[in-house]
Amino acid sequence: MKPVLQMKDVSVSYAPDTYAVKNVTTDIYPNTITAIMGPSGCGKSTLLRAINRMHDLYTNIKTTGEITLKGNNIFDMNSMEVRRMAGMVFQQPNPFPTMSIYENVLAGYKLNGIRLNKKEKDEIVEQSLQSVALWDEVKDVMSKRGSFLSGGQQQRLCIARTLALKPEILLMDEPTSALDPISTNKIEELLLELKDKFTIIVVTHNMSQAARISDNSMFMYLGELVEHGNTTQMFTKPKNKRTEEYLTGVFG
Amino acid sequence: MKDKIFRFLLFFAALIILLLTAGIIFALVSRSTEAFQEYGIWGFIANPEWDPRPATEEYGALSFIVGTLYTAFFALFLCVPFSLSVALFNGEYFKGKRISSFVRSIVDLLAGIPSIVYGLWGFYAVRPLIIDLGINAQGFGIFLSSIVLAIMIIPYASSLSTEFISMVPNKLKEGAYSLGATQFEVIQNISLPTARSGIVASYILALGRALGETMAVTMLIGNTDRIPKGLRDTGNTMASVIANQFGEADGLKLSSLIAIGLLLFVITALINMIAKLVMKKVASI
Repeated sequence: MKPVLQMKDVSVSYAPDTYAVKNVTTDIYPNTITAIMGPSGCGKSTLLRAINRMHDLYTNIKTTGEITLKGNNIFDMNSMEVRRMAGMVFQQPNPFPTMSIYENVLAGYKLNGIRLNKKEKDEIVEQSLQSVALWDEVKDVMSKRGSFLSGGQQQRLCIARTLALKPEILLMDEPTSALDPISTNKIEELLLELKDKFTIIVVTHNMSQAARISDNSMFMYLGELVEHGNTTQMFTKPKNKRTEEYLTGVFG
Repeated sequence: MKDKIFRFLLFFAALIILLLTAGIIFALVSRSTEAFQEYGIWGFIANPEWDPRPATEEYGALSFIVGTLYTAFFALFLCVPFSLSVALFNGEYFKGKRISSFVRSIVDLLAGIPSIVYGLWGFYAVRPLIIDLGINAQGFGIFLSSIVLAIMIIPYASSLSTEFISMVPNKLKEGAYSLGATQFEVIQNISLPTARSGIVASYILALGRALGETMAVTMLIGNTDRIPKGLRDTGNTMASVIANQFGEADGLKLSSLIAIGLLLFVITALINMIAKLVMKKVASI
């Protein structure tokens, strides 16, 4: 099988000669969930944000190396296109407060100036909300603001908003760290279902979450990718000593 | 004991402010009753005549109310594109950059220029331009006043809307960028709608400033006591007619001028109240 995402020597610096991510090289295969783990400040979110070129928004951040998404070098593509192909879900649910639930799902289309007719809109909204199991909960309150929902529902709305654009991969930056256990559980179940259609990379500081949902795990430490492999294998027989120490709670 | 004295002093200071405000309102109301009794409140407001000749003496505020609304709203209209650009420049495009604080201090400098200096500049620098453009023969009038007034209120409108635009949470903007939006699309669909109430409030406050601005307008508006026929015409605002005529006024005329002052006070107080209400809505987002 061909990898959907390939990274070669990816480094990210916030200031000259201070690297948050150092020479990361790895492949991500389609229809898998990859968990990126590591202690705070190890560069896991920074690496994730390099994939959809979020760092372009801040002039002080420099990304080097090569990232290919479905065979295309993302630095040769238009950054807007990269971001549509690599959807992102953030730590804090961020539905747009000036838009209704319905408009939030379609926000990607509105923002990109893509016009749709009513039937297409209704279809996309229903399909996206069905796929995050939110449809039954919100179908009668579509015109309410997105901020009217609970935190867990807001996060699922944000996932729906990202899925509506039919991305190739889904980048999730600690998507459950602001949520209660029940909402977290729902999102985890959701990710396992979404895996059939999408490739998911999820940054998490929750090791048991990584063990529950991911196929592969990456362990990062001080900006370096220490180990990347099958999750079960990594949790039972880690190859690297630092991975073992982190997983057994020696540090982190 | 010290606490008690301090609290008493604070209470006393607050009370004095309250009494002063009440005193100003009382003075305005009591001195304007003569005019309101003569014409009735509505009769005074709706009457466009202002005739100080002793034989045919008659006073109404409508010409000046219309003149005030004309100049203030036209000034607001002229100020919007500039102040919104400044606000986006400082609050979005160059937020936190050195160039932004430079632009900000220049705009703040505009707010510090005394009204009389604006009046002089309008009189000697802008008026000839108005004549050259053929807008009217003398240059004086609503048009000239509104241009100068627009420049005077830009700092008020832009500094407050800059605050509201830069307060739009980064997580919303990143959310929009992550969906493939360009910076322009983020501003159009996220930043401006989210900051909308705040921006509206800052324009309402700027309008309040424009309504009450006196010195520069008095020097530039042409001071004619009738309803202006259009933007090219001369006129008078409520503030400028008071500034122009209070010196030689007594009796019914003085009372009428004070009545106009009271009306202006009520209008600006209402405008400020509306702005505060709109801003409360912002705080609840």
